[in-house]
Amino acid sequence: MKKRRTGGKLWAAMLTLTLALYLTILPLSAWPLDQRPPWVVLALLFWCFAAPGRVGVLVGFFTGLLLDVLTGTLLGQNALALSVTAYLALILRPRIRIFPLWQQTFFIWLILLVERLLTLWVIGATGEPMPPLSYWTPSLIGMLLWPFMSLLLDPIERRLGAD
Amino acid sequence: MVRSALSVVTYPLQLAADQPIELIRATQVQFASTDTLRTENASLHRENLLLKARIQQFDALEAENARLRDLLGSSLDLGERVVIAEIMAVELAPYRQQVMVNKGTKSGVFIGQPVLDANAVMGQVIRATPFSSIVLLITDADHALPVEVNRNGLRTIAAGTGLSQELELLYIPKNADIKVDDLLVTSGMDGRFPAGYPVARVKTVRQDPDNPFTTVIAEPTARLDRSREVLLVWNLSETSRQQALAADAPPAGGAE
Repeated sequence: MKKRRTGGKLWAAMLTLTLALYLTILPLSAWPLDQRPPWVVLALLFWCFAAPGRVGVLVGFFTGLLLDVLTGTLLGQNALALSVTAYLALILRPRIRIFPLWQQTFFIWLILLVERLLTLWVIGATGEPMPPLSYWTPSLIGMLLWPFMSLLLDPIERRLGAD
Repeated sequence: MVRSALSVVTYPLQLAADQPIELIRATQVQFASTDTLRTENASLHRENLLLKARIQQFDALEAENARLRDLLGSSLDLGERVVIAEIMAVELAPYRQQVMVNKGTKSGVFIGQPVLDANAVMGQVIRATPFSSIVLLITDADHALPVEVNRNGLRTIAAGTGLSQELELLYIPKNADIKVDDLLVTSGMDGRFPAGYPVARVKTVRQDPDNPFTTVIAEPTARLDRSREVLLVWNLSETSRQQALAADAPPAGGAE
């Protein structure tokens, strides 16, 4: 019974990640691309916290590859960033989950910054033009969204029990 | 390889992202009043008449041009093949000047293919997948295009700046004959873009004391951020096309 439920979780994770990918490429001309929430990173972080046994580095890697193909960036650029994000999330999860909410949010911000930094490093290494300062805004927006996601996370974790 | 395989998986997602805009457009057409349609029809008729008149002239000029070229002993590539593609409303990487079009290697698109709109040169194909391809616009900071001034044949390079309305001309000497409003056309020296297509119009010519060259900014004549349909052009000779294909080796489906 329990196994079936976690399988359902994997499906839910896939669905959320697909939705996040869709939101990333959805054209909203009034909303510049560099000021949107980092949908994919947030969805991945959420599921790394909610189902650490199912969603991890591998899922992050393949989601990143899909994101690369979708947005036409260097193949592997987002894959690298998302793999490291997933890894950090899995490593820090036991510690972060016992923190009070504001500390959790701060750590999430750090993880989001690491993701931005890795992408920036790839951009710099391949000689692409340096992005402006607004490049960092998604990490701030993601940080502000985390408390709400954390509220969603609690019931899911409780239903599964500690694993 | 990985990219084109994965692009088949991601294509439905991109198609789905394109749908809301499609829907809005379809609704707009549905509710367009008869009055608007009538005026549009009238203006199209006028334009058609004008173009027809101009093409009569063009035929004569073309014949004359071919005759003169015969005299000079150089050949002229006539009869370019053109496919019309639509720009898909899909967000790509931020800070880059790229668009995605809905024709891919299945329609014979190849990497390095010139892309034009009704007015001028837009860019070139940098990535071709079976159903779609990505076009790098001439204003991308990574793009440079050999051009010449139409008035006097002065050759230069138009480099993108990353801004959608600006090109920068490189290595123009201080004493060069270049003026505001000069039309820049492709010179065809890259062997990739056909020669003689309009590219941009010179906007500012400035002498900066710290720059050993003249600073020249030009504005693209193509409606880079407003066009919806683009033209994909086949005009390269067979040999240079083979080179372009061999350089990046995409699957050459349905060529010519």
